[in-house]
Amino acid sequence: MDLFRRLFTAALVAGVLSGTAASVVQQVTTVPLILEAEKYEVVTPPPVAAAPVMVGPVAQAAMAALAPAPSDHAHHQAAAPVREIGEGVPTTAEEAFQRLWTTVVANLLAGVGYALLIGGVMLLMGERVDARRGLLWGLGGFVAFSLAPAYGLPPELPGMAGADLEARQLWWFAAAICAAGGLLAVAFSRIPIILAGGVLLAALPHLVGAPHAESAAGVVPPELAARFVALSLGTAALFWAVLGSVCGMMMSRVVGSDDHGDDGF
Amino acid sequence: MTSRSLRASAATSARTAVAAFAAMLLGSFLLYGVGFAQPQQIHDAAHDARHSFAFPCH
Repeated sequence: MDLFRRLFTAALVAGVLSGTAASVVQQVTTVPLILEAEKYEVVTPPPVAAAPVMVGPVAQAAMAALAPAPSDHAHHQAAAPVREIGEGVPTTAEEAFQRLWTTVVANLLAGVGYALLIGGVMLLMGERVDARRGLLWGLGGFVAFSLAPAYGLPPELPGMAGADLEARQLWWFAAAICAAGGLLAVAFSRIPIILAGGVLLAALPHLVGAPHAESAAGVVPPELAARFVALSLGTAALFWAVLGSVCGMMMSRVVGSDDHGDDGF
Repeated sequence: MTSRSLRASAATSARTAVAAFAAMLLGSFLLYGVGFAQPQQIHDAAHDARHSFAFPCH
């Protein structure tokens, strides 16, 4: 239990630092693009006064039903965007602040979650770690949890066309786990069959292929999507570099010393 | 290596494995919440983080 507590402490520090770094960078890189993209998934009903497609008595009746009182107020209501997905672009400072802090909390939790995962594997592998070796672990985490899934399912903006969510989540998970397993096999084994198995394991989800939408009919401009992919991967690289090196440093200071000094850890 | 130190070493490895798996389990639980869980409130709270971390979101 004591060992777990120390491992948790190490992961907490690494997760909070990397989550904070990611939060700061995201606010000037990925988040502005997410907000921009959300404008494209907003559905605005045609203005009551100028709806060129709606002619004839049926359409007149439909429009009357939509806007019973053609006052200024009703016009604003009818022209107000109707959201399809998610909570929508924040319109007040309060909404914006809530969106900011929930994102920061989610980033911190993701940081601690990944740090616990990496810290646990570091402990299991039993190799001595420090900040420099931790950076290598962070590189591995980036490849396994950011690059490998993104190779099949590029980081997506709201409003992009995609296959069924559960299928994508399953494939994402498989790609990450297989890449992580493959990397560990290649990094820690000297047995040829395990090395070959690791490479095959990492390649397997990509040989099967990621689920994609049948037609690429998203509403987000491709230029925006392309910038998002690059910024998202760049931010993830920074996140993993901080996470890995801090986790390595903390593991050597908090976890690795007295418990394993006598058994070759 | 004496049998006593072997036993001590085995106990240490068992303790290490338990702590490592407990940490990995907790970490997976947190990541499931941040990246995968679908209840609307969790989705909305983690929305921007999910997109930024390239989790499939919606």
